Amino acid sequence: MELLEALSAKFNYWIYVIIMMIGLYAMISKNNLVKKLIGMSIFQTAIILFYVSIGVKEGDTIPILYHDQVHPSHGDSHHGADTGHGEDHHPSHEEIVANLHIEPDDFANPLPHVLMLTAIVVGVATLGVGLALTQKIYRDFGSIEENEILESIKSAK
Amino acid sequence: MIDQSPAIILLAPFLLAILLALLGIKREWLCFPLVITGLAISVAASVITLMRVIDEGTIQYFFGGWEPPFGINLRVDGLNALVALAVSTVALLTAIYSKRAVPAETSDKVSQYYTLYLLSVTGLLGIVLTGDAFNLYVLIEISALTSYALIGMGSKRATLAAYKYLIMGTIGASFYLLGVGYLYIKTGSLNMYDIQEQIVANNLHGSPTILVAFILIMVGVWIKMAFFPLHAWLPNSYTFGPSTTSALLGPLVTKVMIYVMIRMILTVFSPEFAFDQLDWSNIVVWMSVIAILAASISALAQTSLQKMLAFLIIAEVGYMVGGVWLADEMGMVGSIYHIIADAFMTLCVFLFAGIIFTKTGRRDLSAMEGLFTKMPLTMVGFLVGAFSLIGIPPTAGFFSKWYLIQGGISSGHYEYVAALLISSLINAVLFFRIIEIAYFGAKPAEGHGHHHEEEHNGGPTEASFSMLFPLLITAALLLGIGLYNQEVVAIITDFVSQFNIGAIIL
Repeated sequence: MELLEALSAKFNYWIYVIIMMIGLYAMISKNNLVKKLIGMSIFQTAIILFYVSIGVKEGDTIPILYHDQVHPSHGDSHHGADTGHGEDHHPSHEEIVANLHIEPDDFANPLPHVLMLTAIVVGVATLGVGLALTQKIYRDFGSIEENEILESIKSAK
Repeated sequence: MIDQSPAIILLAPFLLAILLALLGIKREWLCFPLVITGLAISVAASVITLMRVIDEGTIQYFFGGWEPPFGINLRVDGLNALVALAVSTVALLTAIYSKRAVPAETSDKVSQYYTLYLLSVTGLLGIVLTGDAFNLYVLIEISALTSYALIGMGSKRATLAAYKYLIMGTIGASFYLLGVGYLYIKTGSLNMYDIQEQIVANNLHGSPTILVAFILIMVGVWIKMAFFPLHAWLPNSYTFGPSTTSALLGPLVTKVMIYVMIRMILTVFSPEFAFDQLDWSNIVVWMSVIAILAASISALAQTSLQKMLAFLIIAEVGYMVGGVWLADEMGMVGSIYHIIADAFMTLCVFLFAGIIFTKTGRRDLSAMEGLFTKMPLTMVGFLVGAFSLIGIPPTAGFFSKWYLIQGGISSGHYEYVAALLISSLINAVLFFRIIEIAYFGAKPAEGHGHHHEEEHNGGPTEASFSMLFPLLITAALLLGIGLYNQEVVAIITDFVSQFNIGAIIL
């Protein structure tokens, strides 16, 4: 029972570790250079999943303020307009901030998600360099199977 | 301008890399002056920054005026000011060397090569200067991605080596990233100093999450620095890549990663946690002993000069990791001093190997037959580098070994001292073998790789000025760092003493 609890309470960690190990297995044991790169992509994606999952909270929403949170319809607008869209009265920045009631618990933590944008870019760049190298290897050795390449190096000696 | 000096160190090569990418393709003659300009500015800024650090203590530079923990900052203290100066100087010297080597080895991609070169240096300098743990990851990847490409531009075998490096390097950097994630879970911060404050304030040293973060970061960094069982990517990458690439990456990548390890231990996790609470010192020092011996013995077995030097780098990594984990103030000082000394010694011998390769087109040791009479100045430069790697006074290598051995004795790790001495003896065997071939060997065999600028029939002649100059400067620097070791060590001791490392072990 305890095991089940440990699994269910932290299932995001279990899943990312499993995916990561699949990627690591492919990187180490696959013979085909492109398959290794696929493994590398899976490996990096698992880490992205890990980061995204640590920013999530129960019952949260995206960390963006909705229109009616900034311009509440029941608000203290002097003009008494029906929705308070603020077309004729623009409250100053300080007024908006003072009227806001934000619970940090209602929002997902955006920072890990933003970090992952960078990590995704890095991952794409790594994959690009990897594929370019694979292409050059294919041009030089006529194969992308690791054992065949190693044999051709051995026979060239 | 003076206030901006830490940022200029890395912005100069970065902006010139962009300029070079735009202008260099059509105007190949522009590439070399632009690279030299960028790196010279970077060296000047590093010198100014180091002076300021000596005068004022730690410098903080906030990008865009945002203060940490919200903004990203550069934080320069005695440790990174020295390492940054070493990195930018090595990059500048290698760039001077590259004037003839790059057009000869990668003739159709000169501007691309130099763009990547500058970006790689930017990444390495950024790693050294940044105060932000996640930025460190991005900068590791910047320097790594560019170095895969720089290595891949070499011969057939180099491409395969670069591929292997890419796979291993990605695993290492990913482990580091995961470790940072765990730190973030527990502390909610990415700024190194803020993480440290949070760990202390919330008393998190006993937390398993912090332990996992520490293990992941250490394993990641060890892969990137080629610590012995994790070194498989290094020898072929530095052997078959273009000679400029080996001369740039060989001295720098491993040393910068050792800097990262020291930074993580001292600043982020604190030495109490790493040395006292975990009690891994013995294990890691034994691992480094095995690393030193295994790499030195592997170096003995090599017939190719570059490959032998690559294994020596792995042995030197063992020296520094061991020195850090001695958990002794003297060992730490020795390791930091060795980072700087080793950057220049490795540069010296790799420049020599590059010159030999351009002149003879061969990588094996017998290519050096009779070189003392043919290229006397080159050999003088090489001798200083070799003596430094062996540890003969008054070169820098002697003093760094002196401090490391002192650290080993005072912390009681005699196995480490023994490994250092055995490795020095093996280095002596290795280099005197080369000296013997070069001094007493037969005349150089003819008919090998006459690809360029071999005007005379009698084999290689003295290297051209652009190659000889950086080699001799490096040799002079090695002597200089050795003779003025007390001044350098004073800066390092100043930095290390604030952590009270020696006190913990007693």
